[in-house]
Order: sequence, then C-alpha cells, then structure tokens
Amino acid sequence: MGRSAEIMIPAPNVVIQPSETLLHLDLGAIWQYRELLYFLVWRDVKVRYKQTAIGIGWTILQPLMTMVLFTIVFGNFAQIPSDGMPYPVFAYAALLPWTCFAAAVGRSGTSLVGNANLISKVYFPRLMIPLAAAVAPMVDFLFSFVIFLGLMGWFSIAPTWGMLALPLFLILAVMTAIAMGLWLAPLNVKYRDVGHTIPFLIQFWMYASPVAYPVSLVPEQWRLIYSLNPMVGAIEGFRWALLGHASPDFTVMAVSAVMVVALLVGGMLYFQRMEQTFADVV
Amino acid sequence: MGDVALRVENLSKQYQIAAVQRRYDTLRDQLMDGLKLVLRRTGQPQAGADTIWALKGVSFEIAQGEVVGIIGRNGAGKSTLLKILSRITKPTAGRAEIYGRMGSLLEVGTGFDRELSGRENIYLSGAILGMKKAEITKKFDEIVAFAEVEKFVDTPVKRYSSGMYLRLAFAVAAHLEPEILLVDEVLAVGDASFQKKCLGKMGEVSHTGRTILFVSHNMAMIQHLCTRAIFFNQGIVRADGSPRQVIDTYLAETVTLSKTGLEERTDRSGAGGIIITAIEALDNKGKPCPNPVTGQELILRMHYQCRLPKVFLNCRVSLSVHKDEHVYFLLSTELVSRQQLNLKGIGYLDFVIPDLPLSAGEYYLNSFIESNKIIEDWVIGAAMLSIVDGDYFGTGRNYPEGWQGRCVLVKHHWALGEEDG
Repeated sequence: MGRSAEIMIPAPNVVIQPSETLLHLDLGAIWQYRELLYFLVWRDVKVRYKQTAIGIGWTILQPLMTMVLFTIVFGNFAQIPSDGMPYPVFAYAALLPWTCFAAAVGRSGTSLVGNANLISKVYFPRLMIPLAAAVAPMVDFLFSFVIFLGLMGWFSIAPTWGMLALPLFLILAVMTAIAMGLWLAPLNVKYRDVGHTIPFLIQFWMYASPVAYPVSLVPEQWRLIYSLNPMVGAIEGFRWALLGHASPDFTVMAVSAVMVVALLVGGMLYFQRMEQTFADVV
Repeated sequence: MGDVALRVENLSKQYQIAAVQRRYDTLRDQLMDGLKLVLRRTGQPQAGADTIWALKGVSFEIAQGEVVGIIGRNGAGKSTLLKILSRITKPTAGRAEIYGRMGSLLEVGTGFDRELSGRENIYLSGAILGMKKAEITKKFDEIVAFAEVEKFVDTPVKRYSSGMYLRLAFAVAAHLEPEILLVDEVLAVGDASFQKKCLGKMGEVSHTGRTILFVSHNMAMIQHLCTRAIFFNQGIVRADGSPRQVIDTYLAETVTLSKTGLEERTDRSGAGGIIITAIEALDNKGKPCPNPVTGQELILRMHYQCRLPKVFLNCRVSLSVHKDEHVYFLLSTELVSRQQLNLKGIGYLDFVIPDLPLSAGEYYLNSFIESNKIIEDWVIGAAMLSIVDGDYFGTGRNYPEGWQGRCVLVKHHWALGEEDG
C-alpha cells in the first residue's frame, strides 16, 4: 500500500530554487523551444529589411562592395597573392563565411540588451536569443552565395565535389559566432562597454583571418598559433570547397574544431551561470 | 481541496538597492567600486544596508482550479512573486513547485514588434508566450475576431491605434491555454467596453477549472473572479482567505496608511493623464468636516491635476461609497448632467450631497476619472469617511436596531387613506 501511495504523488513539472551552483548544460530546452528559435530568426530577418528601399539587396551588396574594395586595394595596389586564383573570387569565397560570421557575432553579442523587454517579462531559455541572432545571418548567406555562383560562371571556374562539404565549414563559422555570442552577450548585460568593443573586435579578427590574403603568406612557424583562430579553418575550408584550391590542412581543421568546441562549451557554461541574473540586471 | 497546482515554501528574494538604482554597471564603475572596497577593507560587499527583501519567507499552497487574487500596495512583492513563479528571476531562498504547464502574462504585447503586421505579431507573440505554431494557426481566426482587427491583420501594428494594439495584444494572451496562468495587472488600460470583454474572457477561463494567479488593484474584479485572495505587505503574506475578508483587511490598512496623501499613492490604475490628488469632506460653509453627521449637507471636494498640457475632453468623474464590499451609492458627473465636462490644469470638482443619507460608520470612497472612455485614474479606497449619527428624519430615530451602517436613509413620508368596504 505504501508503495502505491508513493506512486500517486506526482512530481512537480517545475521546481524553482535559488541559483544552482552546479554547472549543467540544458540542451533539451533548445530542442523543446525550437519553434521559438524559428520565430525569432524569422523576426530578425523580416524586421531587418522591412523598411529598407532595396530590402534583401543589402545582403548581396555588402559582401559584393567589400570584394570590389579588396580587389582594388589588396589585389591591385598591394599586389597581395591569391594562390593563383582571380583575386575577386579568392576574396569573395572568404567574404561569404566572414560576412556571415561578423554579422552573427555583432548581432548575438548585443542581442540580450536589445531584447531586454522580453527578458524581463517572459520566460524561455535565454539561450534562444543569442542563438537566433547568430543563426539569422545564414539567411543572408544564401543570397550572397547565389551571387558567388554567378561569379564562378563569370570566371569560368568549374564546381567540384568539395562543394558538398560547404555546410560543414559554414557550421564551423556559425558555431564560432555562437560561442562568441554566448560570451559577449552576458558580458554586455553587465558591462555596456562590451557593446562598444564588439565592432573593434570584429575588425581586429578580420585581419587575423585569411580574408584578404592567403594562409601561405603566414610564416610557417606561426601557422599552428594562427590556426587557433577557428575562422582560419572555416575560410580555408570555403576556399577549398568552392575553388578546389590546395587540399585543406587537416591539422588546421582539427585545431579549429577543437577550439570551437572548447569556446562553445565554455560559453554555454558561462551563459547558463549568468542567465539567472539577467532579468535583475538588464 | 483538490490536487496541488502550486506550492510555495519560504520563498524570499533580496535585491541590492544600489544595483536597482544604477540599472547597469560600466566596467569603470565596477573597478572603482572594487578599489574602494579594498581600500575600506570591508570583506562583505553584501552588507544589509544596501539590500531590500522584496519577498520574505512567503509560503502558500494553491489547489488546482483555484482562482487566486494577489493584492497589496506597489512594492509589496506581488510582481516579484509573479516574476519568480514565471521563472524570469531566481529566488534568493526557498522553493516553489509547479504542477502543470504554466503560462504567464506580465504585460500586454510581450514580444510584439511594431514593424510587423498583426498576423505576424500573433505568431511571434504567441510563440514567445509558449504556444506551438499549430496551436496558433488553429486559434488564429478566433484571436483576430476577439481583437476586432479583421480588416487590419496585414497592416503593421505601428499603424494601429493604441486601442487596437492593446486589443490584439490581449487577444493573443487570452488564448493561451496553460493549466496554470499567472496574470499581472494588464487590464488597467484600454477602453471600458474592451475591459468588460476581457473580464468576460477571464471569467470564462476561470470556469474551465484552470488555476489562475492574478495580481490586481481592482477590488471589484478580485471579488468577482477570485475564489481566494492573498494580501501582501512589505514582502510578507499579510492575509490569506476569502476575497471579502482579505479585501477588507487590505482596505482597512491601505486607507489608514494613506494619510500621507492621495497624491503619493501608487496603488492606482489608469493612464495617469489626470489624477485625483486629494479628497476633502466639507460642510455647507466650505469648512473641513472630519466627521460628517447623518443628514447634513456634505461637499466632497475632489482635487485634480492634469499631468499633460492639454484639455481632457468628455470627462466623467465619479466617486462611489462602499462599505463591506457593498456599494452604497454612486456620485457621477454624467448621471446628473448632460453638460460636457472638459478638464485642464489643476482644480477641484465638488459633489454636493444635500442631506447625507448614511448611518454612522466608516465608509470607503473609490475615485474614478475617465476622458473619452479612457480611464485616467482609478483609486480603490481613495479616502475614508467616518460618519457620526445625526437626526436624519427629525424624529430622533433613523433605523431599526442592528441596521446601523448597513442601510441608506431615504427621505419619505406616509399618509393614511380609507377605502370603502
């Protein structure tokens, strides 16, 4: 009898307690709230281009103009080598993941502060906010990718089977952005200074990545340290997958991947520790 | 008592006042503070002086199907309680157990984006409040019809009137179907007819066996909808029981407490464009009259202040007299005159009662102002009237024994006639 009585007492669906010091990752919540993630991304995309004159055209113009600028400054004036590729394609192949990454870091880093009204009024896993902000630029990516296909045709570059691996490298770039977002967004809630630092950080990061120049320009003895930057792996991967230039350096890829996982896990733990105070501080 | 829906044990929440005031830190501030701490050698930054307890050891249990009204003055801990229960913020100590799917509604228009259309906002807000996409699609037409915005579903909500915006926002929230619903005072704004509709919807919800926890300053609503009320004061449960009892305790304490002046009271509803700053009881010579006598001429003077530099058109000002949850009578500008009332600046409005028909006792006054059907200010228990028995009929007798304070006196006479029979 005692046994059956025990079974009759239902367990509470939710227990609310003071901040847990135990670190745990609640990945199930992300799956449970996947529809919300979809709606947040959808809002981001919709709102961004709603009242602009050329709408989605901006997503194409941005990397395209940067490519033109790079071609003139780095390709023509500075005569930076492009591993035998036409410089515009060489630069654009790197700008594809880079533009996506830069937008993702910028948006997710400031996402919590930007959604302060939501955070203080309704509950959902807070992770959704930087996650949605980091994923949304992938929609822009699709449009600029179509332009790239046009460029390939123009320069008569045949696609290779390597292109199938492209999603992997895109994921690498987006994961890096998410990891950065998980660190920056809570920091920005606490110290608004961080918001001002992000554009500078992104600019700095671009020069530390092979966007305007090839990896071959980096001295051999620095390569390993250089590839601690996960964007090195992502950009090299893009160039290989799209242009078939030099097979990817698996050491670089492995180091990049390990770095991303470390940043991501650390970011998650940090985020989940900080999220309990967001509503009180933001 | 049925099965438990919500169990709260010793729940406490401490806020650091410094953090509340400054809202956010800059790195430099933090560094300076750290430096000061080191210099002062104070090891404990969490000193008691800089902190307040928004909730202090609160415990209660709510059974499934109960509709509980949470009342108390602003800063009593009501909103903190809802924020903890809806998992927006963490408690400092204690625990709460929730049995069932919970939804919370702490503001109207959570997640609305002004650039998006009504249709898009219904989906977005619905998803943020915890609805599934399929669920929203199923209820979409119902939501649009409830909000009465059929023609404007595809218009960006920034082009909506404030009334339409509120209606749509509330409609989305009203169609949430959690087993436990937390509602903060969201009905304080909006036009009167829509408020009535919302009340109807809430009533409907409360009859479906759903558990509701509901913060409001509207005592009539609490009385009407709730099966139980909890009164919070300074972070602790002050009274818990039937709505009537609890509201009585609340009014008794609030009105006594409010000697500081009506102007400073924060437990009011409405848009706040005009507020009642004081209510005075005067005799027919305009002299203050602390203890009005039954049968005397009484002037109730309502001092108002417009907080916006404009003329408030089509105003309705009213004062209702209550005791023990019964309305005794209503004084209202639109009842006695068809003249349009416009208010601006600072001034007062007198209600003149030629012969005060109340028997001895303590009565509460609720003050109310609306302009163009928008409620501007509404205070429950805005003032207290302490009435002393007088000779109303000039006979020395006012009412039968035991009727004191429970009846209204009406001037009358009688006559006798004979019938042929």
